[in-house]
Amino acid sequence: MLRFITRRLLITIPTILVVITVTWVLIRLAPGNFYSGEKRLPPAIEKNIREKYGLDKPWYEQYAKTMGGILRWDFGTSLKYEGQSVNAIIARSLPVSATIGILAYLLALGVGITAGSIAALKQNSKWDYASMALAMLGISVPNFVLGPILVLIFSLTLYWVPPSRWAGFPSRNIILPVLTLSAIYMAYIARLTRAGMLEVLRSDYIRTARSKGLSERAVVMRHALRGGLLPVVSYTGPALAFLLTGTVVVERIFALPGLGNYFIQASLNRDEPLIIGIVAFIAIALLVMNLLVDIAYAYLDPRIRY
Amino acid sequence: MNRNNGTLLEVRSLRTYFDTEDGTVKAVDGISFALQRGETLGIVGESGSGKSVTNLSIIRLIPSPPGKIVSGEVIFDGRDIQLLPESEVRKIRGRRIAMIFQDPMTSLNPFMRISRQLMEITQLHLGYSNAEARSHAIKMLETVGIPDAAVRADSYPHEFSGGMRQRVMIAMALSCEPELLIADEPTTALDVTIQAQILELIKSLKEKTGTSVILITHDLGVVAGMTDHLLVMYAGKVFEQAATSELFARPGNPYTRGLLRSVPDPTAEQGKLYQIPGLPPDLARLGPGCPFADRCDRAEELCRKEFPPFVELTPEHYSLCHFAAEVYEQSGRKEIL
Amino acid sequence: MMEEDKQTSHSRADSAYVESSAIRGRRDDLIHTSPELAIAETDVRLAERGEMVSGSSLWRDAWRRLLKNRLSVFGMIAVALVTLASLLGPFIIRKATGYTPDYIPTDAALLKSFPPFTSPNGTFSWTHPMGTDNQGRDLLARVLQGGQISLMVGIISTLVSLIIGVSYGAIAGYLGGRVDNALMRLVDVLYSLPYVIIIIVLLSMFRSQTARGQLVLLFVALGSVSWLTMARIVRGQVLSLKNQEFVLAARATGVSTPRIIFRHIVPNTLGPVVVYATLTIPTVMLTEAFLSFLGFGVQPPLASWGSLATDGIQNIAIFPWQLIFPGVTMALTLFSLNFLGDGLRDALDPQMRKF
Repeated sequence: MLRFITRRLLITIPTILVVITVTWVLIRLAPGNFYSGEKRLPPAIEKNIREKYGLDKPWYEQYAKTMGGILRWDFGTSLKYEGQSVNAIIARSLPVSATIGILAYLLALGVGITAGSIAALKQNSKWDYASMALAMLGISVPNFVLGPILVLIFSLTLYWVPPSRWAGFPSRNIILPVLTLSAIYMAYIARLTRAGMLEVLRSDYIRTARSKGLSERAVVMRHALRGGLLPVVSYTGPALAFLLTGTVVVERIFALPGLGNYFIQASLNRDEPLIIGIVAFIAIALLVMNLLVDIAYAYLDPRIRY
Repeated sequence: MNRNNGTLLEVRSLRTYFDTEDGTVKAVDGISFALQRGETLGIVGESGSGKSVTNLSIIRLIPSPPGKIVSGEVIFDGRDIQLLPESEVRKIRGRRIAMIFQDPMTSLNPFMRISRQLMEITQLHLGYSNAEARSHAIKMLETVGIPDAAVRADSYPHEFSGGMRQRVMIAMALSCEPELLIADEPTTALDVTIQAQILELIKSLKEKTGTSVILITHDLGVVAGMTDHLLVMYAGKVFEQAATSELFARPGNPYTRGLLRSVPDPTAEQGKLYQIPGLPPDLARLGPGCPFADRCDRAEELCRKEFPPFVELTPEHYSLCHFAAEVYEQSGRKEIL
Repeated sequence: MMEEDKQTSHSRADSAYVESSAIRGRRDDLIHTSPELAIAETDVRLAERGEMVSGSSLWRDAWRRLLKNRLSVFGMIAVALVTLASLLGPFIIRKATGYTPDYIPTDAALLKSFPPFTSPNGTFSWTHPMGTDNQGRDLLARVLQGGQISLMVGIISTLVSLIIGVSYGAIAGYLGGRVDNALMRLVDVLYSLPYVIIIIVLLSMFRSQTARGQLVLLFVALGSVSWLTMARIVRGQVLSLKNQEFVLAARATGVSTPRIIFRHIVPNTLGPVVVYATLTIPTVMLTEAFLSFLGFGVQPPLASWGSLATDGIQNIAIFPWQLIFPGVTMALTLFSLNFLGDGLRDALDPQMRKF
């Protein structure tokens, strides 16, 4: 197991460096620049700006400077938000995104697994059809449609929750964003759970468990769940990646000062240090989380031994 | 077949049908037999003959859509299992009637340790504590011949070989000393040498504990040394039933005769191996006549049109065939080819 | 006469047996009763396989099953309707009411957002069944044109990912060994990357001057997201197929490796590929939609459902129809595509059937 982890980490590090490099290259290759958009500035002013930001040096020096900074975990200062270091911005916006993201996924797991299991146990019943139809809806309605509709209903018409803005963690402001974000994952997880459970419930070892005289409850909880939920565990890896992009949209809709929102702004502003900082952070976070998911999976399935 | 004393299990006119896309499959269509205490009954048939479904029907493990036990009685120790509430049936399963299945790899829970899978049964049915259950489990493993049982008990199924896993299944099944053991093709998935070991194991355990056994297989060689009585099934029906030695010596049904001929005989001269031609019928689309008619070497028009009678050749020997008496007569006279 | 019958029924029965087990994908071997018969059986099997590839009972069976599934039939019809509407709709509307998706009325009084089926003075009118947007453009026409773009992006991007994924997976699976290992490692690494983030960077940096250019960029970008899973699926299939007799036979007769991969093996992987492709289309459309929503996808004057939603959200409190119509249309289309994909999967993979 240790070997597996070390091997993974060894692959991860160059991967992250490649990701950062690719991002850097993309930014540099793009036409235009951050300080003037598509306009042209008077040469003198432009020269000053370029000197200030070290843009007049040769590209390899700039690359080295950037990478050197990164290895020291210093991503520099934002080009747009004067004086704020990228690290500070990330530190400030991360909790917002993390809160929404984690709550959304937990909600998705809770509701999804429950609904999916019940659907599998009562296959072809009204409950099964109803929850699977809802799940279908969940994966078909885009979150940027669902969010505003929820706002329309619950905020602007019923006045139950405020429509947007971030107000810290235990506040009613997070309800709609979390709901909007978790909808699609709830749906996927419900479907996966149902499929996984159905397959397990049909397997020989469940037949053996039943033939031992175990109650249906014991059969499901003790024998079926473990195998039936494995697909959900392995889904967590890619789900986290999608969760990221979902968070971006939700933060835009609800005007939340999270990592995603800053990322979009940075991309629109061509704020290179901030872009690279966020991309690097996200890449590392994803790779680490994927590693954790794989370890968890190996722990849950004794047939897999690294 | 009417023996009242010492009858452990009596199955009467059992019918189990499955609703599938292609129609209603009559997997078991009117099976009757009786099993005495301490006896070993063999059920023989090709795949699709309904032998496995019969067993699962006995302990009501048929997946309920799409399957359904349509009619019939299963009288175990005086009570009809089909009429009992589910809670009562669960008390019988594992405790008084145990099953072992064909493929030990898929039949054991891959995510659970062997010890736990064994302990479950005694804790449920006999109320053992953790410690008691565990030591009992280890004892059972030793009985079935797992070396180093105390250590290996905590392994997972995939860490055992096929033969070992089947022994584990046997240990599981016999944990509560059941009165009836149903072995559904216990050796089909195993190598020939291991097969012999497993069969020996079952035989010796049976002699020690006096358990009755129903042994299901498609392999006549397996039943020869193990069973007292045989049931030959085809297309969901009993085609012949008799004492084992009688059946081998004097089959009364062309199907049985064909089966016996297919068993390779090392002492016979070289030549083509005999195979019953054709394939088992589609159970969703059976005609009115004998289901074996298309493949039978004795078949006539009558066979396709009219369902054969269940002929009593001797009080212990029955055969489902229009020409049962004739076949019986023939096999009395000639050597089996 | 009995002997002949036995012989012919034997081989016919064998063929039926072989065909059914071929469909079920098992590798059951018939009992060889003599060497001559053994060779004959292989011929039978090869012939059966050949027939299968050119689309006999496997596909017809699946088609039959698909039609029995009411939900997927509904999905098929809905998708067909939406596609038809998107293709012909704008044309018909132009003929009927004179409005094109981009037409901005010259009359200042019409430069507002009207609710559905309303005319400027509040009476019922057929002109704008979905109302208008803030600039007076007919929303129905825009939604339909959005459909054109969204569907086109979905299909073409899926095709791109299909071509890349199938080739990659087939090659990896067939060559096996170290090559397979390396290729799949790469896939694993790529899989764990924040793809969409990089695409956002890509799209934001290279916002092309022309709307068309942006579209092409989108095709490539979106196509490169979903090929990974496709590659994995195809590789899995190829791995299980490559040890079967028809491959051996092809190799024995000297067919070159690329031909084996693409003419013999790949057609047999079509089942899962078709299913996955049908399920990829809505995923890709969703991705395009939210990219356009964020401003990085389709650029004006072209519109996709995503960008229409962005416009719509601005005024959701006052003119909710601006968001609801494109949103619901999109949801409906994705809904139908998902049903269709599910139905296809159930139809082509009998072992996963509901009961």
